[in-house]
Amino acid sequence: MACFIVPAVEAVVVTATAIALKKREMKLEAPAHTAHSALEEKQKKYTWSRYLTWLAALLWGGVLLLAFEHVWHGEVVPWYPFLTAMSDPVDKAEMFREMATVGVSMAVMVTAVWGAVVAVVSTKVKKAAKTAAAKGE
Amino acid sequence: MCLLVTVFAAITASILWYTHAENDKYLFKVLTAIYWGASLMWLVDAIFEYAELKAAFFQQAPADLLNDTILGLCAVALGLVAWLVVLLIKDPKKVFKKQ
Repeated sequence: MACFIVPAVEAVVVTATAIALKKREMKLEAPAHTAHSALEEKQKKYTWSRYLTWLAALLWGGVLLLAFEHVWHGEVVPWYPFLTAMSDPVDKAEMFREMATVGVSMAVMVTAVWGAVVAVVSTKVKKAAKTAAAKGE
Repeated sequence: MCLLVTVFAAITASILWYTHAENDKYLFKVLTAIYWGASLMWLVDAIFEYAELKAAFFQQAPADLLNDTILGLCAVALGLVAWLVVLLIKDPKKVFKKQ
């Protein structure tokens, strides 16, 4: 009914956090901190702002296509109150129940998959750093 | 069917992204994220529907199946349009700047 609203709210928060982090990372990046090796360059590429941008892209992509699905099924309309379930108290209660169950599960699922991807990528980057350090690069 | 169509689109986009990973000038990573995001969300939707309908979940009427397939194809088309918009705005090949 309106389950996509929960991931949409998460997407807004994640996007705002990613932008704020990016600005902070750019401020911290003084000339003395510029990368010297290819490995340092690679490590600099995988920042938290970048990881959060991946999550935001996953969430926004999903929200866009799910919103379209809701328009297809007549659950979202281009006039006020935009959600057809809002006009009936019984449907409204059902909509909130669906948001609390399906919507929250969607947000958790996308975040969990993103977390797994981030864990794999950061482990690989750390492993590459250790190997390079052992070789004396 | 909608989930299945989107998953196939996500796999295709992932292959495209992987083959161009070193120089992703067509921003296939955006397309991949759009389809995987939608696929994961529709997967959760399908799990909840299955929990409610049990075996009936797999026994849909042909008309419903067709409608769901067309919805999936339209969703894939919308994903492509969204990716194209991002590509034209970001313009990684600097096509608009050169003109």
